[in-house]
Amino acid sequence: MSGTYLGMPSFPRAAADSTRDMRLRGNLRHATHTIRAKRAQAVEELGDWAELREAGAALKERTLRHLDHYLEQLEAAVTAAGGVVHWAADADDANRIVTELVRETGESEVVKVKSMATQEIGLNEALAKAGISAYETDLAELIVQLGDDLPSHILVPAIHRNRDQIRDIFRKQMGSWGRAAPEGLSDDPAELAEAARLHLREKFLSAKVGISGANFMVAETGTLVVVESEGNGRMCLTLPETLISVVGIEKLVPTWQDLEVFLQTLPRSSTAERMNPYTSTWTGTTDDDGPSAFHLVLLDNGRTDALADTVGRQALRCIRCSACLNVCPVYERAGGHAYGSPYPGPIGAILTPQLRGVQSDLDASLPYASSLCGACYEVCPVAIDIPEVLVHLRERVVEGGTAVVRGQKTKIKPAKGHAAERALMRAARWAFDHPRAMRAGQRLAARGRRFTPRRLPVTAAGKAWSASRDLPRPAPQSFRDWWRHTRRDGGGSDAPRTGKESAE
Amino acid sequence: MRVALFITCINDTLYPGTGQAVVALLERLGVEVDFPQGQSCCGQPQFNTGYRREAEPLARRYARVFEGYDYIVVPSGSCAAMVRENYPRLGAEDVAGPMAATYELTEFLVDVLGVTDVGAYYPHTVTYHPTCHGLRMLGLGDRPRRLLEAVEGLRLRELEGAEECCGFGGTFAVKNPDVSAAMGADKARHIEETDAEAVCTVDNSCLMHIGGVLSRRGSAVRPVHLAEILASTEEAAR
Repeated sequence: MSGTYLGMPSFPRAAADSTRDMRLRGNLRHATHTIRAKRAQAVEELGDWAELREAGAALKERTLRHLDHYLEQLEAAVTAAGGVVHWAADADDANRIVTELVRETGESEVVKVKSMATQEIGLNEALAKAGISAYETDLAELIVQLGDDLPSHILVPAIHRNRDQIRDIFRKQMGSWGRAAPEGLSDDPAELAEAARLHLREKFLSAKVGISGANFMVAETGTLVVVESEGNGRMCLTLPETLISVVGIEKLVPTWQDLEVFLQTLPRSSTAERMNPYTSTWTGTTDDDGPSAFHLVLLDNGRTDALADTVGRQALRCIRCSACLNVCPVYERAGGHAYGSPYPGPIGAILTPQLRGVQSDLDASLPYASSLCGACYEVCPVAIDIPEVLVHLRERVVEGGTAVVRGQKTKIKPAKGHAAERALMRAARWAFDHPRAMRAGQRLAARGRRFTPRRLPVTAAGKAWSASRDLPRPAPQSFRDWWRHTRRDGGGSDAPRTGKESAE
Repeated sequence: MRVALFITCINDTLYPGTGQAVVALLERLGVEVDFPQGQSCCGQPQFNTGYRREAEPLARRYARVFEGYDYIVVPSGSCAAMVRENYPRLGAEDVAGPMAATYELTEFLVDVLGVTDVGAYYPHTVTYHPTCHGLRMLGLGDRPRRLLEAVEGLRLRELEGAEECCGFGGTFAVKNPDVSAAMGADKARHIEETDAEAVCTVDNSCLMHIGGVLSRRGSAVRPVHLAEILASTEEAAR
């Protein structure tokens, strides 16, 4: 993914700092709790939400199973409609293709529709290296770009900023990118929006090249779909002469009819709206209307590898609604930057390690960035069992095994730093599989209970626990000893019922 | 009706009082309880941390030890969910019978015995935290609440953000200590705001974390497992 995320610390290390940032915590608590409650209401309104959720999951599953077929259908339809299809195996491929396409137009500036795929590949940085300036036109992406910052949320990339901070960024930075902020700009939302409108209007009217992603691609007609709130996306899709869309291959739906499900579940799950204000669809090129050149860059970048994983592939159903971020108690405290990728929160914790692998400290720590509380699965509009995939990826981290990497079956080594934990898990399993040994251990702990400290600053785990919590004391007598002493003749069976296996 | 108690390793070692309460409660309701000594841990710590292979022998042990019982009662939503929801993912074929016979305590009381008023007496203010695996994996719904509301003398206090995770999460608590502590602090604050004397859950693992946070904060609220409330009687209180 993007170079800007390279070398970021593991999730727990990043979160150690972000959880102490009280302004960030306040911003995130306020924003996520507000949208969480609104979403619950918007979903409650629909009597058939459970059916829509099942239908969305089933549609995506079926499409993914026959992805090869639908991709070829899409390519034929886009080409027939006057578009040009390019295939990008990875981020470098995609960046090179887009850079070439922009160069061919002779332009050095492009306007962008908010797009996760271009964040994922680090397109803005790649274009900058080639001397091309990319202007983000989504309001929140603009705030992130002007602030020389990284997005921290899928839907609301500047969720970590409050109005004060946004006013300061606009005042300081707008002038160096284009039209400066008006004199005496306040933190009033209407004033901030107006400042952004004036700043962006200049860009829309002068841009010759637009770059977008897409929420959906309809295979039968080669139509692309962008769902948005502000209308800035539609400006970029209609005003420029050349339109380049970079889209992950999993964004396909077979037919227009399939959109019926997602155009209900996506807005309600993401912005808690019954219908999003702008839904733009475009099919190839049309004479004297909209862009005269249309390029579709189909992006793999790890997606077919994820598709080969029977448990992990459900992550490819994701429609990027952000509902899982907004209900996640871990995301709310740690913030989006700790996830070290444009995909933060629960979906990022299962998507990033599949797209990037689990070799770096950061990527290996992501499957553990969850208490497995399951709130994400509950709200997911395409029923991705995120806890199931998290546990599956944890196994890949600690045990290694085989996975498909760049199309090749590859043996993955267990991640470093888990040796002590592995030994402990094995020892615990051995003790649990030998109840007599476990009983001896319990008795030892019970005898020393008066000496058990409430804090344990010795081992790493002890420190981690007792920095914020007192340790529990072992009981004077385990339950099993109590039972043996009080119920010896009372029906408790010493051995398993089926006989052969002893209690050991 | 052959009923076995699966005590769970945490209750066995750290909270035997909860197990004793379950036995007292079930016997008071006329249920004869058996405690197979070959039992140990459900394997959840291993499984959820990624050590599936270490969890497999424990799942097989569970199946052997509890084979033939009509009901296996577990005073832990999390361990019951491990058995019912995750054992199928371990691919052990012989666990089907004991898996289906496994009931979290409140499920056994409400669904099998058909009681909500268990004749308990607990003259205290209590707030209830629905633990995640009971709430979302098992779908316990309002069973614990209905049981609590029927307890004589008990005054239930509403907990803000009740359905939000307390931050325990097994090994999450030590792998991500800062996030876990932040979640725990928010939970503790909401608990203190209820002014209740006790906070109650169906999981002692979560209570170990919540109680540890409360204790460190010098809070007077005491953690108590639901079984211990339900086992309390007026006679015992006098």
